[in-house]
Amino acid sequence: MTVTTTTEPGAPPRVPVVPVPATAERRPPRPRRRRSVLPYVLIAPTVIVLTVVLGYPVVRLIVQSGQEYGMAQVFGTPARWIGFDNFRHLFEDRYFWTVLRRTTVFCFVNVVLTMSLGVLVALLLNSLGSKMRLLVSTSLILAWAMPALTATVVWQWIFDSEYGLANWVFDRQGESWLADPMSFFGVATIIVVWMGIPFIAFTVYAGLSQVPADLLEAASLDGAGAVARFRYIVVPMLKPILMILTALSTLWDFRVFTQIYVLQQAGGISRDTNLLGVYTYQLSIGQSDYGAGAAAALLMIVLMCILTLGYLRSMFKQDHI
Amino acid sequence: MKPRRIVLNLTGLLVAAIALFPVYWMVLTSFRRGIDIQSPDPSFIPFPGTLNNYRKVFERDFFWTATKNSLIVTSLTVSVALIVAFLAAVAISRFRFRGRTALLVTVLVVQMVPAEALIVSMFRVLDGWQLINTVIGLSLTYLVFVLPFTIWTLRGFVEGVPFELEEAAMVDGASRIGAFRRVTLPLVAPGLVATGVFALIQAWNEFIFALVIMQRPGSKTLPVWLQEFNEGARGTDWGGVMAGSTVMAIPVIVFFLIVQRRVTAGLAAGAVKG
Repeated sequence: MTVTTTTEPGAPPRVPVVPVPATAERRPPRPRRRRSVLPYVLIAPTVIVLTVVLGYPVVRLIVQSGQEYGMAQVFGTPARWIGFDNFRHLFEDRYFWTVLRRTTVFCFVNVVLTMSLGVLVALLLNSLGSKMRLLVSTSLILAWAMPALTATVVWQWIFDSEYGLANWVFDRQGESWLADPMSFFGVATIIVVWMGIPFIAFTVYAGLSQVPADLLEAASLDGAGAVARFRYIVVPMLKPILMILTALSTLWDFRVFTQIYVLQQAGGISRDTNLLGVYTYQLSIGQSDYGAGAAAALLMIVLMCILTLGYLRSMFKQDHI
Repeated sequence: MKPRRIVLNLTGLLVAAIALFPVYWMVLTSFRRGIDIQSPDPSFIPFPGTLNNYRKVFERDFFWTATKNSLIVTSLTVSVALIVAFLAAVAISRFRFRGRTALLVTVLVVQMVPAEALIVSMFRVLDGWQLINTVIGLSLTYLVFVLPFTIWTLRGFVEGVPFELEEAAMVDGASRIGAFRRVTLPLVAPGLVATGVFALIQAWNEFIFALVIMQRPGSKTLPVWLQEFNEGARGTDWGGVMAGSTVMAIPVIVFFLIVQRRVTAGLAAGAVKG
């Protein structure tokens, strides 16, 4: 494995190893001599927007999760305070646990696939010649740029039961891929992983270019093979990036919505294929049980916060703030 | 060529093909005639082709309304987000003040709030403000979710301009604001453009909130319109659906290609999935 440090045209962006623009940590903000109100004026619009348009709905969500809030309340009946009943009902509902387990498994499989394939593609980019690298990176950028909705619709067409390409490739006339939960999640996984790989690959590739070439050369002279060099030099050096990417992928795949929603509309077996995001939506919009929907949504936020904590910790550890 | 190189290049070709194929298949299908799309043996070249699918899309109900809505929501979101975020970015990178770290942490945390969990609550709040089915309502929603990423990226760009440059201008007699406007702003401008385009892509692509907030046929945005077309066609008009998808995706892909390099640096931190 050779490490190039030049930037040739078409090579993917060199993202600094640290996930902030490289200049950020060099020079801390200059302290002002006098206490000024100017910074507060400058951040005022941000604070107002975040408080009013995001903070308020979050508070409403918390309040609603403790209320009996259904169709009647939408039409004016005062909402009754029922404490933690919404949560209790949710926890007692076996279906909720099924959805949670399913979401976790889906998330795990997708993160593992996206990360491992993404790293492999990054290693590939790193060892390709410049022309080939231009081709591969341009293709990856195109895949990355596809809107989630259109990407899902296109994959839905590829797996169409009547004229889809998949049926022709596998020689399965009239196979309905979306009707069976296993193949449904197979298709969803293909979409999520296909869309997720470019970001991982580019970020890891940028990190790879920061691994000192002489270090690898020295290891190679000492008799370390490609696998050993990867295991004992590249992986430890890339560990911060890999951690952050894994955390981000986990967050993204845990809340996946669009892909599942669109495929469900096409396949029609939502009960067997619900993941947490879509389920929360269905509780509220479909069954008009806004209280339960709020409880599920709040639970999802809490779970995400726990996951985020790991991410924030690794950000702080590198002292990027 | 060494065998190792050949294997590597072949793998490269395979990866490129897999990455590219759905995009290619979308554009290809959009140019094909109905009978060719429904033939049992797919062909991989667009001949004989047709523009019929695109005509159908352009003539379809509410296509132009949806495009107009999308354009308005997107430009509103981007312009307001850039102004608000730029001010905050300047405060964060040029001043040290109490609450600075708290603001940064908030920005990071907000970034992680699953929008999916807030849909209904957001809907009810907007409903109370009479903003359902309005571009203002949807733009406000998008503003919140675009803002953290925009602040984070712009902060990097503003920090990239050495404060010493501004100081030098002030020594030469420029006022603080004058120095900022004449020195820093022009240097940050490319960053503003790149960040803006990225916010534009986010707002243009967004599907979930639009689905819930814009329910009247006349107020739907392009993604919601497309999904409705997709559901309505139920696998009978893939040519039309693919033409619609292409119309929606191509501007995004082009914009993305232009700014991708500049913005990726902020991406890992900004936690925005393209």
